[in-house]
Amino acid sequence: MARKILFQQAINEALDQEMARDPAVIIMGEDVVGGTGADGEMDAWGGVLGVTKGLYGKYGDRIMDTPISESAFVGAAIGAATCGMRPVCELMFIDFLGVCFDQIYNQAAKFRYMFGGKARTPVVIRTMIGAGFRAAAQHSQSLYPIFTHIPGLKVVIPSSPYDAKGLLIQAIRDDDPVIFCEHKALYAMEGEVPEESYTIPFGEANIVREGKDVTIVALARMVSYAQKAAEALAKEGISCEIIDPRTTSPLDEDTILESVENTGRLVIVDESSPRCGMAADISAMVAQKGFDLLEAPIQMVTPPHTPVPFSGVLEDLYIPSAEKIEAAVRKCVEYA
Amino acid sequence: MAAALSREDLLEAYRRMKTIREFEERVHVEFAKGGIPGFVHLYAGEEASAAGVCMNLTDEDKIASTHRGHGHCIAKGVEVKGMMAEIFGKRTGTCHGKGGSMHIADLDTGMLGANGIVGGGPPLVCGAALAAKMKRNGGVAIAFFGDGASNQGTTFESMNLAAAWKLPAIFVAENNGYAEATSAKFSVACGDVSTRAAGFGMPGVTVDGHDFFAVHEAMREAVERARRGEGPSLVEVKLDRFYGHFEGDNQNYRPQDEVKNIRATKDCLNRFRDRVTREHDISANELDAVDAEVARLIDEAVEEARAAPDPQPADLLTDVYIKY
Repeated sequence: MARKILFQQAINEALDQEMARDPAVIIMGEDVVGGTGADGEMDAWGGVLGVTKGLYGKYGDRIMDTPISESAFVGAAIGAATCGMRPVCELMFIDFLGVCFDQIYNQAAKFRYMFGGKARTPVVIRTMIGAGFRAAAQHSQSLYPIFTHIPGLKVVIPSSPYDAKGLLIQAIRDDDPVIFCEHKALYAMEGEVPEESYTIPFGEANIVREGKDVTIVALARMVSYAQKAAEALAKEGISCEIIDPRTTSPLDEDTILESVENTGRLVIVDESSPRCGMAADISAMVAQKGFDLLEAPIQMVTPPHTPVPFSGVLEDLYIPSAEKIEAAVRKCVEYA
Repeated sequence: MAAALSREDLLEAYRRMKTIREFEERVHVEFAKGGIPGFVHLYAGEEASAAGVCMNLTDEDKIASTHRGHGHCIAKGVEVKGMMAEIFGKRTGTCHGKGGSMHIADLDTGMLGANGIVGGGPPLVCGAALAAKMKRNGGVAIAFFGDGASNQGTTFESMNLAAAWKLPAIFVAENNGYAEATSAKFSVACGDVSTRAAGFGMPGVTVDGHDFFAVHEAMREAVERARRGEGPSLVEVKLDRFYGHFEGDNQNYRPQDEVKNIRATKDCLNRFRDRVTREHDISANELDAVDAEVARLIDEAVEEARAAPDPQPADLLTDVYIKY
């Protein structure tokens, strides 16, 4: 029986192992240590949800608290990356991209191209995504499509502890800028994770469940919802195949198209907003490249085109649910 | 007090300033003739700043520049012919024609890039300075920015972060009096940009940017302080641009004859020539020889740039990622 740890421990372990392996790996962000300059304990928080806890004790000055100045410290991580470091920078919530986006999309993403292939910017920006915490409209978004839109960035969205560790180690070793999105509701998820270091390549989707009737493409927290829906549907005799792309840039189009070739039907579940989101993007890709494979219209299960609400009643309505996924699958299967 | 600049240093400083001037005056002419695509922002008139700063630096030190970046590139040692070809959008350019005037970068010489975003450079410089600090290589990093970027939040955040982390970073505010067509007398609410240093707990000084020696000396102190591990400084360099915000700017927001008067009375190259021929053992003939060499270099750069091949269609898709 393999060892089981939490998603957030898998992230911590990936950071720990990479810091031990490569002295160029440094970490910076708001309260990633916690307590700097204060009269109490150091490593007081280890990140707002404790994900980086303990690293300060092992690596000292290589993990740094910052002022609440996202432009400055995200930019500093990017600048340090161009000068030979491998910074892992924490943008606490993806919602905060608005105060530092220039450094990410106009600077980091473009250096390689603008400078004629001479720049190397191996920076990782770790950031929390997702609704479900009653954290309201400015701490709950799933804005990864915005990053996916930008040439020059890679975008990673793990859905399990195993993937989180392997993808984060890959992200740190990768020479391009990587946006690493951690769904905050997954931190407490337990799963089998090898103790040794390993990488998962980008652009390789995970076939989470094999099936023959309908393909469900899902990301992050939506993967477990899709699994729940698939279990229920199996009892009705509907066989679902679940594909987790794991990275939206690069996107493993082939695995999605191969699955649709077998099933003829596609449901995409995405927690990002419906307009110009991943569901729309994957839907367009399959419509263009796999039109002849489809036996029914593609179904998108997404939140409505609204901000994330605060009230639990409303937020639960907002987030795609297993029931909504089941309904979409049935609609797909029932199409004549 | 500084070790005095040697004859060689002074000749080198003059060569850099003259190269910038000749380069920019020529780009002005060539732009009008046609063949240079896009936006071009000229640095002519501000040479003493770039040279005064960069004469204190080594290849290990880093600079981040602005949209008005040609002078910083040349002063930091970026190869001039590659720059000219880049401005013409050619495949032989510093960035293979994919960056252009506003994105010339040469990481080998420590030039982290001109920047099309006002205030884009200071955060990056914090990172370059952090890398130097962590590698303990004694390096420093310089953020050039204008009076326009002096009002950007990124600049404030970066100065604060550099002070909080005690980084070997120096913020060089090149105040040429205009952010595009808006006067610094209006937009910089505190008057002198350098006074803002106090708000970030770092030394701040304003120097005459028409005087190479003033810039060099202020920067020498700031660089030495940074190398000693004592943290960042802000140096405001007050200077004037000889041209508009960009090529094609009619400059009707400037008083008539403003540029003419500046050229006649405050030209940093004339001031440098006067001083070194008077106070140092350098003759006008030696400086004239530099002028001739520089003129030849720029002639060749333009000729070669015009004759150079365009990028290949396949180049459109290369170098987006290292591996994808």
